[in-house]
Amino acid sequence: MIDPAATAQRLVEMVGDRAESQATVAVGESALTRFANSVIHQNVADATRTVSVKVALDGKVARGTDTRTDDAGLTALVERTVEAARLCPADPEWPGLAPPAGLAGIDNYDPGTAAATPEQRAALVAEFIAAAPGTDAAGYCDTESEVVGFANSRGQRATGGRTRATLDGIHRVGTVAGSGHQTSQRVAELDGAAVGALAAARFRLASHPFDLKPGEYEVVLSPECVATIVTFLAFYGFNGKAVTEGRSFLQIGEAQFDERVEIWDDPGLPGSLGLGFDGEGTPKRRLDLVRSGVTLAALHDRKTAARVGGSSTGHSVPGLEGWGALATDIVVGGGRASENQMIAAVDRGLYVATFDYCRVLDPKSLVVTGLTRNGTFLIENGAITGAVTSLRFTQSFVAALGAGRVLDLGGEVRFADSEFGPGLVRAPALRLAAWSFTGGAEG
Amino acid sequence: MFDYATAAVEAALAAGASYADARVVATRTEKIDVLNQQVQGVDRADALGVGVRALLGSSWGFYATADLTDAAARRAGGQAAAIAAASATVAGPALELAEVPVSQAFWETPYSEHWADVPLAEKVDMLVRVTAGMQGVPGIALARAELGFFDTNKWFVSSQGHRIHQHIVESGGGCDATALGERETQRRSYPQSFGQYETGGYERVRAWDYPGNAARIAEEAVRLLSADECPAGEKTLILEGSQLALQIHESVGHAIELDRILGWEAAFAGTSHLDLARLGTHRYGSEIMQITADATIPGALGTFGYDDEGTPARGVDIVRDGIWVGVLSGRDSAARAGLPPGGMVRADGFNRLPMVRMTNVGLLAGDSSLEEMIAATEDGIYMATNRSWSIDDRRLNFQFGTEVAWEVKRGKLGRMLKNPTYTGITPQFWAQLDMLAGEEERIHWGTPNCGKGQPVQIGHTGHSASPARFTKVRVGVKG
Repeated sequence: MIDPAATAQRLVEMVGDRAESQATVAVGESALTRFANSVIHQNVADATRTVSVKVALDGKVARGTDTRTDDAGLTALVERTVEAARLCPADPEWPGLAPPAGLAGIDNYDPGTAAATPEQRAALVAEFIAAAPGTDAAGYCDTESEVVGFANSRGQRATGGRTRATLDGIHRVGTVAGSGHQTSQRVAELDGAAVGALAAARFRLASHPFDLKPGEYEVVLSPECVATIVTFLAFYGFNGKAVTEGRSFLQIGEAQFDERVEIWDDPGLPGSLGLGFDGEGTPKRRLDLVRSGVTLAALHDRKTAARVGGSSTGHSVPGLEGWGALATDIVVGGGRASENQMIAAVDRGLYVATFDYCRVLDPKSLVVTGLTRNGTFLIENGAITGAVTSLRFTQSFVAALGAGRVLDLGGEVRFADSEFGPGLVRAPALRLAAWSFTGGAEG
Repeated sequence: MFDYATAAVEAALAAGASYADARVVATRTEKIDVLNQQVQGVDRADALGVGVRALLGSSWGFYATADLTDAAARRAGGQAAAIAAASATVAGPALELAEVPVSQAFWETPYSEHWADVPLAEKVDMLVRVTAGMQGVPGIALARAELGFFDTNKWFVSSQGHRIHQHIVESGGGCDATALGERETQRRSYPQSFGQYETGGYERVRAWDYPGNAARIAEEAVRLLSADECPAGEKTLILEGSQLALQIHESVGHAIELDRILGWEAAFAGTSHLDLARLGTHRYGSEIMQITADATIPGALGTFGYDDEGTPARGVDIVRDGIWVGVLSGRDSAARAGLPPGGMVRADGFNRLPMVRMTNVGLLAGDSSLEEMIAATEDGIYMATNRSWSIDDRRLNFQFGTEVAWEVKRGKLGRMLKNPTYTGITPQFWAQLDMLAGEEERIHWGTPNCGKGQPVQIGHTGHSASPARFTKVRVGVKG
């Protein structure tokens, strides 16, 4: 196996004084065991390796990536990237490379997870399936590990590792299903029986659903739903590129959310899944995005930070510069209530287990349409009284969390799956005053 | 390259696989992104590796490596078989593979001007010129243009004797203009949202003439800010071709994937509202609805010579006179369902497991025209260019938003409308299809961003469509 840090350093040396340069080398393995109809049907793994170099010749910038790490491969990568930069017009906003800066010593790498076997994943899947015999269980268990080395010609060096393990699945019969999810830095912490039991409980509760008339309902949203809301806020709103281009709702210093809302990004929190530096080599630290409902910051890479006269917040993602800076270790502050306590406080409303297929109608107002999936339940007089068929909603995610709209927060803050995948957000359940459902199973 | 694939297959068989295949894949991509006449990124990516698939009992095992040596390929083959064997603790009925012709062949995308032979400076200059054209319209804040190119060589070997080399070339791109209001953004894109991608070389990009359309879409984006809101209610709906292409993709293409119908995608992509017991009798839409899945259409994005199981590309009927008659399948899903194999299995790169994918799933042409549809409409809305899309996991309940719409009153196109949306239920919606434009307005639209599978794979699919009219559609959905 190659040494990512040494290879990154070598790439920078190969560019030499011809240009400013930065290099990132990532090595690892990802493996995913997939099951459907209560059988493992697809079981995959790949030894991942990505070598990337970015060069800037008097502001003329190009980026190249490859999977080859032999001498010929590295040389070809460097030469074709330098040549591409030569042919580009200069970027007047090129912010230069990240300066040397110490890292916070963040290490989110678990050797046990990196060494996870297909037999371990199969055992977790078997536990999940066993929680509800007779259903068609479906889902996946995956493990991934990565060691990343970074170097640039300004002298910044960084290296770090991360691991993640997830078990996610449904118990299903026909069109009735209940879901469960668990993500951790350590595969040893996954509990197949517990995830299976949650999915089984939701499945049993979901039987005999009826069509509910669409309209505005008070809701209790699971951490999965909250994670989806917050990833949309981050991708479309806190994204510094969207802010500087006028496409975001964000107003720094304004009370844009209910005073109960706290959102921050922190790969240094124990159990986190991210690296301690971003794609430009900038060290990461905790960044408060919303405190007591007041918007405090946007996410920036070096380019958008320069536009606002600030510093990078360490959220550059290589290859996604065109989209903007992204947060990958988001935390939503919790409260004290259990989900049952929140349900008990609702006269008439809905509990939603997961959102599905959410898409933005307008990025600035962040009006999103999507559906409920794998568990939507009617709450009457403080108790779940039945299951309803999936509903379509059309709702501004910003307005939903506005002043007076957040009625309670769950005490358990955990990794929750989201529209953009697992492991990006740790979130509690939320009780919201209103959510706009605009269609049912029949349209 | 065949030798590495052969070594991987031999090792998988030696480790106990009943069947194995391997693909050595070399991909080269180029992406250029320009915003407001400034280059945002020039990204060139190369990837080379081997992925091997081993079948044991009821499970596929798959392992991929970027180490391309005989020893590494053999290790990968052994690993694939070991991974498949680990599935035995949660096993089901053994998977069978439908019989297909065993081919030794070479196939290449026809192209006249390979994108890599066009100087980077020429491509960048064109994009800068396009964004300048959009910025020349007062009120445009963001003028964006992009190009994306793919060059893929695949060497496929199977334990049944397949030995196929394919060279696939894809080119595309597009541009969009955004006007910013105080509380909203309005955007217009060309040729369609997310760009128009096709198989072929740079000649495909030249044919669309981005510079010639830049000012028009920019003017429309600015006008949208002051346009009236799309009214809410039940209307006659006319869809422009690229929006109809996405409608086909979401409410037909995914629903007819056999792996979804069999429940193999139940937890993520979802299942389907279709029941195999009703194949051949289920009414999907009105009698003028004719859908095919055809991987042989020259220039369309879902065109190839052989799929990633080595099955020759073909065209099949999916909906005939409004009746559902076909599915998208691979060798394992076809065998499980007792249907002929479709040759519709593809993977996103060397390190992903091949899976059922749309080829070119499109509507055959009708006998009308956009002009005739407008003239025949008393009270309707004409919507163009996708802006948002959402559909449930059974592909029934959908809601789409488009960038722009125009009112249709008494046979005439009227005022421009902003924030148009429409919603419906798949079979009810398609049953209301009553007019369809002809061959001269039919375009092979390409969707370059179809996500499916775990780990997620991005697929390239084609959808032929011409403008169409639907009656009694709910429009103007608001939150």
